[in-house]
Amino acid sequence: MYYLFDGTYLGFLCCVFESFERKEFPITPLVHTDYQIALFAETRTIVTDNRKALRVQKGLQKRVGNVEAMDFYRAFLSEDRKAWLASFFILHQIFNGRADIRQHYGNDQVLYFSQILKKVSRERHRMKAFIRFSKSSDGLYFALVEPDFNVLPLISDFFRKRYADMPWLIYDMKRKYGLLSDMRQVGEVHLSLKEVQGAAAPSIAIALDERDELFQHLWKHYYTSTNIEARKNMKLHLQHVPRRYWKYLVEKK
Amino acid sequence: MLRIEEKLKILADAAKYDVSCSSSGSTRKNKGGVGDASASGICHTYTEDGRCVSLLKILLTNHCIYDCAFCVSRKSNDVKRAAFTVEEVVDLTMNFYRRNYIEGLFLSSGIFKDADFTMERMLRIVKKLRQEERYNGYIHLKTIPGASEELIKEAGLYVDRMSINLELPTEAGLKLVAPEKDHESVKKPLAFVKDQIASFKEEKKLIKHTPIFVPAGQSTQMVIGATPENDFEIMQVAHDFYKNYKLKRVYYSGYIPINNSNSLLPQIGSAPPLVRENRLYQTDWLLRFYGFQLDEILNPQHIHLDLDIDPKLSWALRNPHFFPVDVNTADFNAIIRIPGIGRQSALKIVQARKFGRLHIYQLQKMGIAYNRAKYFLQCVDTPFILGSPSMEHVRHAILSAGTRHNQRKVVAGQLTLF
Repeated sequence: MYYLFDGTYLGFLCCVFESFERKEFPITPLVHTDYQIALFAETRTIVTDNRKALRVQKGLQKRVGNVEAMDFYRAFLSEDRKAWLASFFILHQIFNGRADIRQHYGNDQVLYFSQILKKVSRERHRMKAFIRFSKSSDGLYFALVEPDFNVLPLISDFFRKRYADMPWLIYDMKRKYGLLSDMRQVGEVHLSLKEVQGAAAPSIAIALDERDELFQHLWKHYYTSTNIEARKNMKLHLQHVPRRYWKYLVEKK
Repeated sequence: MLRIEEKLKILADAAKYDVSCSSSGSTRKNKGGVGDASASGICHTYTEDGRCVSLLKILLTNHCIYDCAFCVSRKSNDVKRAAFTVEEVVDLTMNFYRRNYIEGLFLSSGIFKDADFTMERMLRIVKKLRQEERYNGYIHLKTIPGASEELIKEAGLYVDRMSINLELPTEAGLKLVAPEKDHESVKKPLAFVKDQIASFKEEKKLIKHTPIFVPAGQSTQMVIGATPENDFEIMQVAHDFYKNYKLKRVYYSGYIPINNSNSLLPQIGSAPPLVRENRLYQTDWLLRFYGFQLDEILNPQHIHLDLDIDPKLSWALRNPHFFPVDVNTADFNAIIRIPGIGRQSALKIVQARKFGRLHIYQLQKMGIAYNRAKYFLQCVDTPFILGSPSMEHVRHAILSAGTRHNQRKVVAGQLTLF
């Protein structure tokens, strides 16, 4: 049985709620836009109801604590259907009284869940590291990214605390939304196609701060100077900085 | 005046032999300015040598009154000299930091005039960053040996980590290549900062708003392979420094030849001892995180680490009576001693076995290096073997099944016919 939901985490939690309410298990959660996958299968459309989602979240927090409850949100952001399935399996176990099921690493689903969590967390960490801001002439620090997973919600707090005294924008080119901070709060923004293209080629469309190019240039110089040629190890280098990130890295462009 | 670009090139190049680039362990929060510390540290990029770039690592100047043979900035070396102004360092740091290029500043310096003069200038940079720029990011500051305790103490209030390099592992080695220096001048400030950290911590228990003092602790660095110390001597020194000065890290830096003027040092063209350096770090980890005692790995009978295999495997091969370890019953501390199983996997094993005894396929999926570990562990479906295989056989089997890198070594030991 496929449950079709709206693609939000609240919707996902509602699937959990409905599956218990209707005693339907196993079910496969699916975003309704991916409906064609389930074209010939039995489906149920789940309407997102914040109160139901909240009940699941509260119940989960009561059973496993806030930190572990958060893990399911992280795994959800992987946008990986197999991870959603594993989440579903684990959530069912937890609500059936096996709160310690997460330690059952001999089980495929549990192991997969822990592996995907690790991947999401690695990607989140990479975004903290690899985001490169450019400064525009009106003082906005902006950065473009294409993370493997939808990790922007997971780094919002980090950047808010760190760059509290400057306005900044981090835009996910793949998922077409960004985080914008005006020094008071961080909000989600959607740019028009023209604005995005402008940000992708900032030297043409966005007026850069007059010293921005200088610092990009100095950074590249520093990057080359700090390398020790006698220790060259490209395999290790690529392992740490995979090619897909180079596009937005000043020093690798 | 030199252009900023050229200065950066010279002073980054001169600073790069300092290995430490960690930005972890600090608790500094953003207090109405810019920047904070990330407890786990962040590597913002990696150079082509595979080393992490976390901090803007520069010398204030490469002018130096000393003439240490292993150092690129020594007085007699014919290199271009440069010096940053206080404003230049602050400007670079702030602009790199705001663009998220770096996690903070690593500031070292050649000694110009005298220790206090140099330390005072470095302190000015640090204070300007903290007070005028309201910068709360990471700062790693080199303590200048011989600087006054007042200056060191004041610096400690503004920085996250301090370090002084031992340079050579032993006093005798140091005397060979840097006769003007001694280990005592390193030990004294290390001890002073250690005591200060301790007393600030004591004070914090009584008064809540005690300022933080060097929250990420101290570290040091030794050059490996420049002088003839063996691995046992090196690790003994490291061990003593961890113990006596409560260091967060000891770094081992494979010597990279930079000149041919001193016949005692390896000459230009000889490869840096990268594998040996790696083995020393592995040993360091075994001592700090795996519950090994130094004499289990290195002792007067084994003064060199095996370059072909890692030190844990090497220990295991010398101690067959410890194995096989049954992963379904043994405790955590025994499981982490199995070659091919790290702390993370061991933790998974201990948690997972509560749900039923573990099989080979489960261990493999959990991510242990099963091909290495299989000779040393037992689980439900481990095939029964009469008698135990000789450790010489195990060593050979692991080496020939290993990476191509290892295979070459095995083959190299055999005869070639043609």
